[in-house]
Amino acid sequence: MSKTIKNWFDSGTPWIWLNAAAVSLSLIMVFGLLIMIAVRGMGHFWPSPVIEFDYTLPGKASQRVVGEINETAEVSLEVLHEAGIEIEYDKPWVTRHLIKTGNRDVLGSDFRWLLAPYMSKQHLPQDIVVLERREWGNFYGYLKSIKQNGQIVSNDTRSWDELTERLNRVEEIQEQIRDIEKHKIGSINYELEQLRLDRRQLELNNNKKPQALNRIKSAEDVFKQQFSELQTELASLYQEINRDQLVAEIMDGKQIEIPLSKIVRAYKPNDMSVLQRTGVYLSRAWEFISDEPREANTEGGIFPAIFGTVMMVIIMSILVTPFGVVTAVYMREYAKQGAVIRIIRIAVNNLAGVPSIVYGIFGLGFFVYFLGGNIDQLFYPEALPAPTFGTPGILWSSLTLAILTVPVVIVATEEGLSRIPRAIREGSLALGATKAETLWRTVLPMATPAMMTGLILAVARAAGEVAPLMLVGVVKLAPSLPLDGDFPFLHLERKFMHLGFHIYDVGFQSPNVEASRPLVYATALLLVIIIIFLNLAAIWIRNNLREKYKALEN
Amino acid sequence: MNSNTTMTHGVNLDALGRKPQSRKLENETLCIETKDLNLFYGEKQALQNINLSIPEKRVSAFIGPSGCGKSTLLRCFNRMNDLVDTCRIEGEITIHNETILDRAVDVAELRRRVGMVFQKPNPFPKSIYENVAYGLRLQGMKKKRTLDEIVEKSLKSAALWNEVKDRLHDSALGLSGGQQQRLVIARAIAIEPEILLLDEPASALDPISTLKIEELINKLKDQYTIVIVTHNMQQAARVSDYTAFMYMGELIEFGDTDRVFTNPRKKQTEDYITGRYG
Repeated sequence: MSKTIKNWFDSGTPWIWLNAAAVSLSLIMVFGLLIMIAVRGMGHFWPSPVIEFDYTLPGKASQRVVGEINETAEVSLEVLHEAGIEIEYDKPWVTRHLIKTGNRDVLGSDFRWLLAPYMSKQHLPQDIVVLERREWGNFYGYLKSIKQNGQIVSNDTRSWDELTERLNRVEEIQEQIRDIEKHKIGSINYELEQLRLDRRQLELNNNKKPQALNRIKSAEDVFKQQFSELQTELASLYQEINRDQLVAEIMDGKQIEIPLSKIVRAYKPNDMSVLQRTGVYLSRAWEFISDEPREANTEGGIFPAIFGTVMMVIIMSILVTPFGVVTAVYMREYAKQGAVIRIIRIAVNNLAGVPSIVYGIFGLGFFVYFLGGNIDQLFYPEALPAPTFGTPGILWSSLTLAILTVPVVIVATEEGLSRIPRAIREGSLALGATKAETLWRTVLPMATPAMMTGLILAVARAAGEVAPLMLVGVVKLAPSLPLDGDFPFLHLERKFMHLGFHIYDVGFQSPNVEASRPLVYATALLLVIIIIFLNLAAIWIRNNLREKYKALEN
Repeated sequence: MNSNTTMTHGVNLDALGRKPQSRKLENETLCIETKDLNLFYGEKQALQNINLSIPEKRVSAFIGPSGCGKSTLLRCFNRMNDLVDTCRIEGEITIHNETILDRAVDVAELRRRVGMVFQKPNPFPKSIYENVAYGLRLQGMKKKRTLDEIVEKSLKSAALWNEVKDRLHDSALGLSGGQQQRLVIARAIAIEPEILLLDEPASALDPISTLKIEELINKLKDQYTIVIVTHNMQQAARVSDYTAFMYMGELIEFGDTDRVFTNPRKKQTEDYITGRYG
């Protein structure tokens, strides 16, 4: 018996099984995590049914409640007892539901925990309406009438169609307002700021030439003229958009009036076909990835965060690759391999283990205050005391992450350089190439797959890093993207939004945690997808390069 | 011309299509000369007092057992040993009476004049065309037509043109080992060196490829001074005009190939070529 067990061990089978188990466990964990994030994040956009029921706690008056069931949990009587809720129940555990009742403006909060045993007469009202609003979160209630300039225009079954029609009109006007406010007025403000800086510069240089000042003055007048024209246009648009209101009844019977201009989306969750539901789902999901956030990031989209993350990673890659490659080439090809280079190599390897927040502090102290401060003194004195580069921004974030990830690129490139066969170098040298020519024409191209590997690892690390960015450039809400239509288009000094920080902010700094939790999952899912996408792109490039040099390794 | 069939320990030279010639070293123009050459790898001495004169436009072969220093000596002629940090050379090497060991010598320029082919084919991971054009591009040649001409000429000289003319822009790594080695030779002769150093060029190849390389050497020797290191005594006998036998870092004897193989002057040479060691 023991003989066969010994044989079994000697055969190596148990180790194969052990390895298989470890691999399976890792895969299950990875996919489990992804599936959990995906389900929770993507489910959020599906319009769930809205229920109506009576809620009667013993000894209290009955209440009508309308809302979505968000979560269901078991809670022990003891806990409820400690929380001050005295109830009689025959089992030690009670089911309770988290109901999203919306209507924060009237009810004070969006969510309520309600005990299942006291819910009665539960049903799905067909004509319940959900309104997504720009302020105060969702509205749940029954549509009563539509008003135009305070006059009721519809108060019967046609109201819903009337509402959809008028909402389309509002959306069109909204689009125009957005265009004016965001783009036209934004550009004018930018130009005016530039002119103010020009004038300040003239003052600083003691240049009192009247024609220069006059030029600025006349340019300013032109912009101010345009500005007041746009203001008039805006005023009339605002009047237009505020024309319509709707009146609706909420669950406690109160009637409230909502201007149509405050409504983003309206739908009847219990009266929709699957196709309509899918339409709402896609529209909400698209809003999430393409729009800007609303209501302290708890509603709306995360486009600026996606944009900021990708752009920061790209700038980081552009900075880290040459820097890491040059260092690796020097260390591997030119430096005398001795004690000094060994110490440098150890230092580089250890750099990879320094906690990232330390890099953040370094970036803040060195890049932002020292470098940025000096750049401002030298090149942007007219803007002082308001800093231009002497404040956290996307350039400093990218630089900080570049030094954070440079060890990875150095190690990978060195590895790649050391794998280039000596015969190839000798072949090139024997043809009369100098060392530099050999490096440039043969060795470096052959080491590109290794460099790409380093870059892939660097991107994977940088895209997920949050802590240092909080010190050197990420903000909760950035007013403008670092890339836009205003000259010089790329604004490296601007602050930016980042998905990782967005997760932290929405998850932990949000005024409305219950409402924003699904957004945390959705954002996390998006961040993972973006990192996977960036990695796949880099891997694809690397594999193409590797294909080119494949036969060499055999 | 010496027409009598010479048997050199089992190798019939005539049967291989080579007409042995009797030569005299004293009558040749000299190309590479070494004087009291000593070479050390760190503490270890790899070459001892080498005095050697290699004639111009002839094929000279270095034979000897493994580790005897023949490759090391060959690599002195284009200063490949510079790449080894611990390597130290004493003595003198001249090519056409110009020293090459001096610090002031432009090594890249020297290597342009002294081409080298290595034991294992080492084409660059580029196209066939770019491999041959590599040395020319290094010299700054950009004109497409000139490049085309030289590439074609070099590939023809290396007897490879017919096999690759339709796929010049395919990767050189797709060629067979023998083709790769001829490509490397084409690459070396594209920059028209004076001297061609061949470091066991056929040892990694099959017999047919080996034969092709040997034919090529025969063809090239009118234009180039060729020095070949080989493990294979028959090969040395087949392709070379002069043969040097090295043993333990020393040059034992150097002379006309036929004479070295048929009538070695030193006992060690005789022992080696009769297979008593090595």
